[in-house]
Amino acid sequence: MGTIDRLLTRRLLAAYIAVILVIMYVPMVIVGLASISKSRFFLFPMRRTSSKWYEMTWDSLQVHESFLTSLTIAVCVALISVILAFFGALAYARYDWRGRKLFQQVLLIPIFFPQAVLGLALQLWFNSIGIQMSWQSTVFAQLVWIVPIVTLVIAIQAYGYDSAVEEAAYDLGASRWQIFRTITLPLLGPGIFAGFLFAVLLSWGNFPLAYFTSGADVTVPEWLYGKMIGGYTPMVPAVGLITVVLGGIILAVGLTINGMLQRRD
Amino acid sequence: MTEAAIETLTQEPERPRRKILPWKLSEGFVAALPIIILLFIGFIGPMALVLIYSFMPRGSFSIPESPSLENYVDIVEQDFYISFGWSLFLAFISVVILLIACYPLAVALRRVKGRRAHLLTLLIVAPLFVAENIRLQGWVLFFDKGGFLDGALKVVTGLETGSLVNNVPAIVFGICYIYLPFMLFPILLGLGNVPREAREAAYDLGGSRWRVFRDIELPLAMPGILIGSLLCFVISLGAFNEAKFLGKGVIVTVAQDIESAFTFGQNWPRGSALSVLMIVLAGSAVWLAMRRVNLDRMLGKR
Repeated sequence: MGTIDRLLTRRLLAAYIAVILVIMYVPMVIVGLASISKSRFFLFPMRRTSSKWYEMTWDSLQVHESFLTSLTIAVCVALISVILAFFGALAYARYDWRGRKLFQQVLLIPIFFPQAVLGLALQLWFNSIGIQMSWQSTVFAQLVWIVPIVTLVIAIQAYGYDSAVEEAAYDLGASRWQIFRTITLPLLGPGIFAGFLFAVLLSWGNFPLAYFTSGADVTVPEWLYGKMIGGYTPMVPAVGLITVVLGGIILAVGLTINGMLQRRD
Repeated sequence: MTEAAIETLTQEPERPRRKILPWKLSEGFVAALPIIILLFIGFIGPMALVLIYSFMPRGSFSIPESPSLENYVDIVEQDFYISFGWSLFLAFISVVILLIACYPLAVALRRVKGRRAHLLTLLIVAPLFVAENIRLQGWVLFFDKGGFLDGALKVVTGLETGSLVNNVPAIVFGICYIYLPFMLFPILLGLGNVPREAREAAYDLGGSRWRVFRDIELPLAMPGILIGSLLCFVISLGAFNEAKFLGKGVIVTVAQDIESAFTFGQNWPRGSALSVLMIVLAGSAVWLAMRRVNLDRMLGKR
């Protein structure tokens, strides 16, 4: 391969990455534009901009409630899934046991299962065993999907560490609890944190599972869906952009903390 | 000294690993137990219920009825194969497009080094955390009549595109957009299995670019490509938001049929039977792929 040839390939590939990145963010930009358009229906180029849709959003009790519901669900899901996934990751990546291969494979199924179908199946399930659906049942439904994902995230970290350290500590007379607290937990720390972050964000953006399992409670994506189907108002892009920005802030703060955790080692 | 004593003396000491951690054998199972219970209650149980309901008479709302096959017969007789056909078509075409789009992207991302690579990867994952319906709504506003594309084009060139939504290509585009990361990351992992030296050696031996790609890169990256393709196939089989927003009813996918059977239709057994058929389709694809791939090696490579 000639140098010019190679340079050209490099340029082309870099340009390609740039194009894909732009495409990934086009909808968010459009949603942002639509939210500040003054007219009720989005027309480009926009004649006038206005912040009235944000004011209406701010005053809406429904929106307030849906944000609170979404946030509560996200925090509950993240806390529970991190605990379950921590042990699950050890079983996945560290321990040698008989059912391990099967466990690894079965764990992947809920992740890649069509979510609408999983949501409907859970709805049927809750109805049949007589559970009144509310945000709590949505927490459970999302756990079925998110715990396996968080397990994978922590497992990737668990693959990278040397179990000899634990054994050495055991030789030196450390108790199991001491080993857990001073070695296992800190070594898996970054993975656990990344898993927590994933769980919060995935739950925050999840629609199908919440839609079918939340009963009378309404999450933000559900509220948006209702408005999109039942009658578009520019409050839809306004709320949409707020969730995007909030998600971005959570991600940025999370990554900063994660960076600090990594550097400490 | 007796023979037995000599034997004990010369016997290899028991592997220290097991002696130090005697609880090791069952520990894996204990650690996995909470998740196993969760999956039993939250996944296997509901799926079993769906399976049972699919054999109940039409419109029943409780289980203990005499089983029948009428739902499956209905599905065949009432043209539900059309929505199955559309879903399979959408899934297939999306996988092909995603393969073509993501392979070079993965190759390009692999060449980026250090912090920048992390940042780029992050930027591609981040949209996953935004609800699907917001992003699809964004595309609708982009492609619709009077939307961003139409309006911008009118200003610049005077031409109009009219409405580009409410058709099948728009749905395919939506599916590809939403599931791109699910194809990209397995391929990235797969390409990680291609050692630099192997490629360079092949070039040194006079291999052409095409041959290096075909004989070295592709076979080594195959597990990742396979996983990515099957994942995307399976999840796009269940797509319904894309058809709803970008298609606005030009076609109906299986997932939409399932949803309406459960909601407006109030026919749980039919929804269940449709779900079972879809799960069988999707499940067999995943199962086949997973048997051929070593997950330990893909995730834990050092």
